[in-house]
Amino acid sequence: MVGNQVERQKILDIRNLRIELKGRRERLAVVDGVSLSVSQGETLGIVGESGCGKSVLSLSMLGLLPKAMEINGGEIWYGEREDEAQPLHLLKPKELRKIRGREVAMVFQDPMSSLNNSLTIGYQVTEGLRLHLGYSRQEAAAQAIELFRKVGLARPEKLLKEYPHQLSGGMRQRVMIAIAIACNPGLLIADEPTTALDVTIQAQILEVMRQIRDQDGTSIVLISHDLGLIAEMCDRIAVMYAGRIVEEGSVADIFDRPRHPYTIGLLNSIPSPSHKGHRLHSIPGAVPALHERSVGCNFAPRCQYAMECCRIEQPKLSPVGFGHTTSCFLVVEEGVRKGDNRNTADRAEGTGEVLYETSVAAEGTGAASR
Amino acid sequence: MLRAVDGVSVSIRKGETLGLVGESGCGKSTLGQITARLLEPTGGGLFYKGEDIAGSGSRNQQDLRRRIQYVFQDPFTSLNPRFKIGRLLEEPLKLNRLGKAAERWSKVSDMLESIGLDESYRNRYAHELSGGQRQRIGIARALMLNPEFLVLDEPVSALDVSVQAQVLNLLKDLQQELSLTYLFISHDLNVVHYMSDRVAVMYLGKIVEIGEMEEVYAHPLHPYTQALVSSIPAERAAQKRERIVLQGDLPDPSAIPSGCAFRTRCMHAHDRCFSETPTLADVREGHAVSCHLWSEESYSVNEIKEVRTASL
Ligand SMILES: Nc1ncnc2c1ncn2[C@@H]1O[C@H](COP(=O)(O)OP(=O)(O)OP(=O)(O)O)[C@@H](O)[C@H]1O
Ligand SMILES: Nc1ncnc2c1ncn2[C@@H]1O[C@H](COP(=O)(O)OP(=O)(O)OP(=O)(O)O)[C@@H](O)[C@H]1O
Ligand code: SF4
Ligand code: SF4
Ligand SMILES: [Mg+2]
Ligand SMILES: [Mg+2]
Repeated sequence: MVGNQVERQKILDIRNLRIELKGRRERLAVVDGVSLSVSQGETLGIVGESGCGKSVLSLSMLGLLPKAMEINGGEIWYGEREDEAQPLHLLKPKELRKIRGREVAMVFQDPMSSLNNSLTIGYQVTEGLRLHLGYSRQEAAAQAIELFRKVGLARPEKLLKEYPHQLSGGMRQRVMIAIAIACNPGLLIADEPTTALDVTIQAQILEVMRQIRDQDGTSIVLISHDLGLIAEMCDRIAVMYAGRIVEEGSVADIFDRPRHPYTIGLLNSIPSPSHKGHRLHSIPGAVPALHERSVGCNFAPRCQYAMECCRIEQPKLSPVGFGHTTSCFLVVEEGVRKGDNRNTADRAEGTGEVLYETSVAAEGTGAASR
Repeated sequence: MLRAVDGVSVSIRKGETLGLVGESGCGKSTLGQITARLLEPTGGGLFYKGEDIAGSGSRNQQDLRRRIQYVFQDPFTSLNPRFKIGRLLEEPLKLNRLGKAAERWSKVSDMLESIGLDESYRNRYAHELSGGQRQRIGIARALMLNPEFLVLDEPVSALDVSVQAQVLNLLKDLQQELSLTYLFISHDLNVVHYMSDRVAVMYLGKIVEIGEMEEVYAHPLHPYTQALVSSIPAERAAQKRERIVLQGDLPDPSAIPSGCAFRTRCMHAHDRCFSETPTLADVREGHAVSCHLWSEESYSVNEIKEVRTASL
């Protein structure tokens, strides 16, 4: 499996991307040296603390950064074949418009900020079909109804004539998904696509995403706070913290062998039935604001293992296993020692504190080799 | 005409959290907004502390608005884009002439800190925030006026689990200190389970099941609730869920099927479900369900047990 992935064509290749806030005296980086790639037909999950830059990162792939931000360093390459790869970070707005919705499509986190309240749902769904695929009005309407059924929207014919404010939160979200998959994109970026959906409809949406991935070979970047969803859908997971990737690996790597203290803290905060009546665990403190980010590890102010070096130098992403990387001085130091497969959690046990249960490791590994 | 919410009766006790779950588009936000007096019901009564507050004739509207707060599902639409966050949070205090400028300032600071955002966010606009940051501002704004009753519509859906834990802990603390009452709407069943004393399950504008949280969680009776509960991720997030996948089409809420509204997707649908609309009735102490499977005439207790095990 993993061997295949290495050989498969990279459809998206982000190299050392840096996104900054414009017009400030100090250079404040919202996204700070991120490298990521997605192969054809692969699903990459991105998780991380609220405000760490996931949405900004995904908007940059479509040339849709907020006005206050700009790319200042790094590259974003997109292409279904290597010789056709295009530098998205260099394209002009006009060229980007041709790609957006057709080749790279996005489900936005905030449906209301991207759906136009003064246009009918029908217009907004059929626009891409007519523009990119040359459908006639009738053809596009028929296709839109088909798409609405796919994403589980009732009364599709009537919906075409309604406006976004007349829909419930989850209905808007599904309209967005219908728009995104309308033109069979090569890459689908889905930013929290199921937050407003109940689990039964969520299951249906996941089915739709699997379908386009398996049948059309669409690659997916899935951003979500729902770790169960991420575990279920993704081939690989990238964990972001304060604008940087701090850990990347397979589902089993992240859930059963998490190495970075932030990843471990995050997994520990998942509420489960046994938490009822107890206080929930949360990582103490808050993410440093942009102007407080230092030269060292951004997690240092909240990390119980922080050492002298953590505050002075930025840890680099380094391998801790096959296809598993993390950026933490503590872990890297230990991880490279031969034959040492204990992880951070095990070591913490030594200090009398269980950081994260890793008891079902075997099962998790099975899931990853699916 | 579309009835977003149809013939619903619920009561919420002081100091409790009532969880509200249900299919997307079934009317949860509508019910929440009616409860918080943001929408007028077309029929029926709304009682707060024994007083009918439905209709505009009721006294103390302003006072009620202060005591009952609503946290919007979509924070983007509820935060004025022209105001900075500091002003957005201070505004409710100002409108109600509460506190001196310095007191208001420090109250805003405290509130920002308790939701994990620092002072610098005072000078931001709503569009300059991430999804989860905006959501937290929505909650903070509702809490500024020390309300008694809070309707929380998907309040933590855009938060990572660590910040979510922080916000849920905050809500629990406030509830204990000030004996606040919550109506908590969410699709995340683990979160609803953690927060709620009782839970109500809605389907197509109606409440189909209601009961003590633990009871409903352990013994879901309505086939829709059973499907929901079956898909709760287990202890470990990475574990696969054994979902009951619902078949059949979602009905059009403006043309609700005859009989039981769930019958188009229910694996137990039988003759009676086509002709007769089930009503919400107590099956056990404090646990009511609206489904023919549970009315005494149609099944003996043993059969009920079998149906339940078969469907789980
Ligand atoms: N238009 C803007 N101007 C200035 N700062 C912004 C703007 N939009 C976002 N930010 C800041 O950039 C950072 C990254 O935001 P982003 O929306 O990417 O976070 P996120 O990881 O998607 O978070 P969430 O999980 O809460 O959606 C945040 O700290 C946010 O406050
Ligand atoms: N302003 C409106 N005009 C017309 N119909 C509306 C309006 N607002 C909501 N509706 C309809 O009322 C029904 C219930 O909507 P509501 O927002 O209460 O659902 P919900 O249970 O909150 O769903 P979700 O979980 O997706 O947020 C939906 O079918 C919706 O289309
Ligand atoms: S580098 Fe240091 S501060 Fe950062 S996560 Fe590792 S131990 Fe903690
Ligand atoms: S009344 Fe009939 S159709 Fe409705 S939930 Fe019960 S068994 Fe299913
Ligand atoms: Mg976001
Ligand atoms: Mg809603």
